[in-house]
Amino acid sequence: MKKNPGIIGTKLGMTQLFADDGNVLRCTVIESDLVVVSKRTLEKDGYDALIVGLGERKDKHTNKPLAGQYKKLGQTPRRTLRELRCSAEHAATFEVGQKVALDQVFEVGQFVDVQGTTRGRGFTGVMRRWNFKGSKSSTHGTHEYMRHGGSIGTNMTPGRTLPGLKMAGQYGNETVTVQNLKIARIVPEQALLILEGGVPGSRNSVVTVHGANKKKRAGRPLKK
Amino acid sequence: MHTSQKILALETAQLRTGHPAFRVGDTVRVHYKIVEGDKDRIQVFQGVVIKQHRAGVRSSFTVRKVSFNIGVERIFVLHSPRIEKIEVNSRGVVRRSRLFYLRELTGKAARVRNEKDQ
Repeated sequence: MKKNPGIIGTKLGMTQLFADDGNVLRCTVIESDLVVVSKRTLEKDGYDALIVGLGERKDKHTNKPLAGQYKKLGQTPRRTLRELRCSAEHAATFEVGQKVALDQVFEVGQFVDVQGTTRGRGFTGVMRRWNFKGSKSSTHGTHEYMRHGGSIGTNMTPGRTLPGLKMAGQYGNETVTVQNLKIARIVPEQALLILEGGVPGSRNSVVTVHGANKKKRAGRPLKK
Repeated sequence: MHTSQKILALETAQLRTGHPAFRVGDTVRVHYKIVEGDKDRIQVFQGVVIKQHRAGVRSSFTVRKVSFNIGVERIFVLHSPRIEKIEVNSRGVVRRSRLFYLRELTGKAARVRNEKDQ
């Protein structure tokens, strides 16, 4: 289980910030007006988790079974719902219906991992998908070969194309995690999380942000 | 591209006001803070503005000077906190927005006409 279950949010886009030393930081802005809609508990569900909702869902987009579920929980319908696995202690700090404040979960300077769905690029050739070089500008008269990948194997030995060979195909629209991004700033009153670096996905796509898995203390900076 | 209003607000908050208005062709003195270890000092870079990039908080400008017969160009971020002060020495009269042709010229030919001499 993750040491810091984190949040979900909407990627608003990228911008730049000036650091204290005057350097320019390229940053991604993530908005997260998150509400705890429900909880999973060890006794009832076999594990502990927070069920969090993002954004408002209009009545006309809420079908009756869904509206009934929200009514049972006493919550207004949300656009996106996600479960965040967490420890019982972490779940106990939140009540159903409570907003998840960003400064409650993260602190400035902390390292986080961000998971999102990359922009779909459709069926893509090897040059864009795998950064193949293509052919030289002069192909000695061979036509329609400039963006090809070249040979895909040898002849008799092994007599087949090896599995996992890089070829053209669907690129993008896959789940990607970017690790160890630093939190540059938190704006709690506007529910904005500003991270140094890029985040997978298009603008307005939903991303999951949690404490860095490959850092100590879930990426939190040392207390001074 | 449609930028989110919240991002625009973040960027507007970082804009610096108080720089004098200057244009391409003007000769400016840029007082730039240089950090060496734990000490700061101010370095002055004087030259002709040969390019302006107007893009909100990402705005920058390029200053060109000739130092010991070597052309030197520096790109400054307009809203950077490292810029202490910008002084405008003289206004130039130019007919284009990018003065890259100055790179090819030397000596008297590489001057920009001064507004006061008109």
